[in-house]
Amino acid sequence: MDDKTIVCRCEDVTLEEVREAIAGGARTLDEIKRLKRCGMGPCQGRTCRPLIAGEIARLTGQDQANLALPTFRPPAIPLKLGTLARGGAKNEQA
Amino acid sequence: MQQEISFVEIAVIGGGPAGLCAALEAANAGARVVLLDRQDRLGGQLVKQTHRFFGSRSHRASERGINIAAELTGQVISHPLIEALTGATVFGFYEDGVLGVEQEGKVFYLKPSRVIVATGASEKTLAFPNNDLPGIYGAGAVQTLVNVYGILPGKRVLMVGAGNIGVIVTYQLLQAGMDVAAIVEAAPRIGAYWVHAAKVRRAGVPIHTSHTIKRAYGGREVEGAVIWQLDEQGQPVPGTEKDFAVDTICLSVGLSPLVELLAQAGCRLAYVPQLGGHVPFRDANLQTTVPGVYVAGDAAGVEEASAAMMEGALAGLHAAYSLGYSQTGYEARRAELQHQLDSLRSGPVGEKIRTGLTRVLVE
Repeated sequence: MDDKTIVCRCEDVTLEEVREAIAGGARTLDEIKRLKRCGMGPCQGRTCRPLIAGEIARLTGQDQANLALPTFRPPAIPLKLGTLARGGAKNEQA
Repeated sequence: MQQEISFVEIAVIGGGPAGLCAALEAANAGARVVLLDRQDRLGGQLVKQTHRFFGSRSHRASERGINIAAELTGQVISHPLIEALTGATVFGFYEDGVLGVEQEGKVFYLKPSRVIVATGASEKTLAFPNNDLPGIYGAGAVQTLVNVYGILPGKRVLMVGAGNIGVIVTYQLLQAGMDVAAIVEAAPRIGAYWVHAAKVRRAGVPIHTSHTIKRAYGGREVEGAVIWQLDEQGQPVPGTEKDFAVDTICLSVGLSPLVELLAQAGCRLAYVPQLGGHVPFRDANLQTTVPGVYVAGDAAGVEEASAAMMEGALAGLHAAYSLGYSQTGYEARRAELQHQLDSLRSGPVGEKIRTGLTRVLVE
């Protein structure tokens, strides 16, 4: 099998794809997220975010401390639309 | 569609060591607390810590995490002022201070007067070729498999990372009957306490410092791993490769604080490598830059469980105090907790944490 290095397991994004995006001008985590979908899967970037931030910092000579975090929006976990749509109250009986 | 919002005094998100202690401290002061945990049982990572705690004698040293979890969980569940909800995941922290919670396929909304975020941390991983082969695990996942479910991940393992978690999990895997090929550590020094490292060395496990994993290989699953040496600049040195036939690779390369909910709440964050990544600014009471929102435990900075418990208690105490509870005896209790936390962080072992905290501690 070919060697491949997965950065984002949820969306199957490889290190090469992230480097391509940076070579193409992407400089922030949000830009790479929009281009490649990494961080948009079930784990919401918990696995890939530190790796991609390190890669941006290394390839662009930035300090990782100055890299903005991506925007975190609810829901923070995968949630079925039906569950959301049904609504409810804390002590509601099923 | 009906959306009701329940008003509560204090919500604690996360039922690990920090969250359990936060809930207990606040409830002991007289506040009503809702404790939310996404797992089916309380205790967080404590439930898989079968080893004795090491370090400071001032709190919980030589006790086992699993026993601490059982004791704290028992107190929380029997406390009349605490409502503990398990299998309950907070999926959103909205601008108006409302929490969205999912439990058993239903959602509900809470509007707490105070929120203590004790969401813990997630495992970091590494980018290397074939890192998606079955057989490659995080050390936390291996601990869950082995210590909670009694399942071995394989027969022979390469451990990546010689910090406390890597070395302790190595020893636990040896005890459970696995063969450990080696421990690899990118830093020039072993990060774990020497008493733990000495144990695995006596058991015959080599520790390769200044080495990292180059690649994994295998067809449908891991069949082996290649490591190589790192020079003083941290760059790999070609020609130094070593090959290990293993069916399991365990990554223990640090933890990253889980701060999504804090970010959603609008808390100011800073990147502090000594604390594991982005963490919120906080005052001595663990209150963030958003009034009424507190942080405790690994979400505030990756540290040991004993420190998480003290932080949780400090946050819980202040949250209750700020609501008008525990007006007498508050100062004495606060001073006692702060003293215990300071003593945990004293000495050379706490230096990294102390340095990191100076970056995010505000008046």
